[in-house]
Amino acid sequence: MSTLVIKDLHVEIDGKEILKGVNLTINTNEIHAIMGPNGTGKSTLASAIMGHPKYEVTSGTVELDGEDVLEMEVDERAQAGLFLAMQYPSEIAGVTNADFLRSAINARREEGDEISLMKFIRELDKNMEFLEMDEDMAQRYLNEGFSGGEKKRNEILQLMMIKPTFAILDEIDSGLDIDALKVVSKGINAMRGEGFGCLMITHYQRLLNYITPDHVHVMMQGRIVKSGGAELAQRLEAEGYDWIKKELGIEEETEEQEA
Amino acid sequence: MTVELNLPVTVQDVRSFSEANGEPAWFTELRAAALDKVTGLDLPKPDRTNITKWDFVNFPTHTVHSEAFSSLDALPEEAKGLIDLEAQENLYIQRNNTPAYLKISQELTDQGVIFTDILTAVREHGELVQKYFMTEAVKVDEHKLTALHTALVNGGVFVYVPKNVVIEQPLQVIFLNDHAEASLYNHVLVVAEANAAVTYVETYISTVEEAKGQANIIAEVVVQDNAQVTYGAVDVLAKGYTTYVNRRARLARDGKVDWALGLMNDSDTISENITHLVGDGSHADTKTVVVGRGDQKLNFTTEVRHWGKNSIGHILKHGVMKDAAQSIFNGIGYIEHGATKADAQQESRVLMLSEKARGDANPILLIDEDDVTAGHAASVGRVDPLQLYYLMSRGISKTEAERLVIHGFLAPVVTQLPIEGVQKQLTEVIERKVR
Repeated sequence: MSTLVIKDLHVEIDGKEILKGVNLTINTNEIHAIMGPNGTGKSTLASAIMGHPKYEVTSGTVELDGEDVLEMEVDERAQAGLFLAMQYPSEIAGVTNADFLRSAINARREEGDEISLMKFIRELDKNMEFLEMDEDMAQRYLNEGFSGGEKKRNEILQLMMIKPTFAILDEIDSGLDIDALKVVSKGINAMRGEGFGCLMITHYQRLLNYITPDHVHVMMQGRIVKSGGAELAQRLEAEGYDWIKKELGIEEETEEQEA
Repeated sequence: MTVELNLPVTVQDVRSFSEANGEPAWFTELRAAALDKVTGLDLPKPDRTNITKWDFVNFPTHTVHSEAFSSLDALPEEAKGLIDLEAQENLYIQRNNTPAYLKISQELTDQGVIFTDILTAVREHGELVQKYFMTEAVKVDEHKLTALHTALVNGGVFVYVPKNVVIEQPLQVIFLNDHAEASLYNHVLVVAEANAAVTYVETYISTVEEAKGQANIIAEVVVQDNAQVTYGAVDVLAKGYTTYVNRRARLARDGKVDWALGLMNDSDTISENITHLVGDGSHADTKTVVVGRGDQKLNFTTEVRHWGKNSIGHILKHGVMKDAAQSIFNGIGYIEHGATKADAQQESRVLMLSEKARGDANPILLIDEDDVTAGHAASVGRVDPLQLYYLMSRGISKTEAERLVIHGFLAPVVTQLPIEGVQKQLTEVIERKVR
């Protein structure tokens, strides 16, 4: 079993504090969901764990099986087992999806032990078919000209090819129609199991109809303010966030832009 | 201020060179007259680069004599890798200034296609060459370097595709430079008559570390009504040359030219690629990629000039600059009065890999007509940190991520080159130069 432990994490962007002490522990074989209103720091948490260049961790720790994640370069974090499905994946012209994926897989393997082309193509074909992606997506340039839905599917394709220990999914459901949402959920559910832990960030309970979380956390004003099981998400769907604010005595509504 | 020129050759030298080649009188006279004009003409004025102190004149020797290749087995590995030895049917190799290998399929010969070195063409197809040589695309007295070129032509290729002949397989040309004192006054003349189509791919490759002399190269492409020419070039000339390379096309009605230029010289280089869209409905697509390194000084001008109605001109230029290389990227879309419904678009992007490198994208639109569409995009910057972050978040190291982004950035020309060996070589050159 692997464990990702986040302790008292404080994060700034452009000198403004967004996360104000986040505590969270995720084990493999668990799926966690973080919910909350816009602009409360959910995406900041995802980006800070992965090492986005614009986010500065001012205090706190992130440890993966006791290893200090914050000391690692971005690629080292990925090699250690972390994966972030991004809300806005970069477009990279001139680099085909297939070449990129092969580089990502081979980056995890020793020199001289690269994945064989045949095996790679078999895996890629299988996963693309599973995600109902057009064949030509493999030879198209990475995310270039992809629709919103295609980008999300492509993030899940990478997840399935790379098979990380922990995946963070940053609003993987946003901008998806119901069919695409089902396909993306199917991909994530296929990963579910012993060697895999997942943190899903979402605004909407809708995603959780397809992927049942083991734990649900509510984030407000840069902190996790309430945690529970799948039933917490249902109550949020039915009643919104006001009851939590009332219960916890949170006064002001954060109106910052989603960072 | 102009550097006073003491030409390294006299008119008598030029005449005897011409006679030794058995050239017809008109060509000898053309050379002699051109040489006569050299001193009275100015250097070209590439925008934003002052070249008045560059030495475009001196060379150790005008012509070197090299051995021809009796078979392709005798080629150096660098050249062999460029060729599909089994499948390539039409191939010309020039070694320094010597025509060293020529192969053309019987089928093309039967169709009336001419594919031979330029000086043989002057002798054997004089009438055709005379019609197009420095008449349609480039003029002898445009400036000092065109005149010098005309006087001193010592190599190059003539491609003639008769009316309605469509050539499927690319014609491949290799200019191999394995002599440090060879100066290259190559002239390439490609003529596609009405409804003809041809793909021409040339590679300049130096196997010497450093050369001494001039590379004054002119390529003229004449595209007649509804003809199509795809012109691919990869230039990898050694440090030490002063390189002036002028590739120009003139298109008649509904003609099309696709340029794919990989400009990878290690020499200081002035490159000019101009397309005249003379005929209505003519279309130019020009793609150029460049890598500069060391203390190279580079100026790349790409211009598409619209005369014809409904003419389309698209320019894409991507450059990578490292070390202390200095480069100017002039992109010019010029729409003449009367070229209604013309479309001029351009994109110039420069990636800087070091603090000391310099790259200026200089997009220019000159429009003399109201009823047109035109646009440009230009950027100069470093590798996008968010792209690196994205790639690295998949476990790819920073070095490899940068490599992927750079190769992707230069891919538009690589993927356009229709010969696999040439594609591969360009990728390897990019690899070597950006490392």
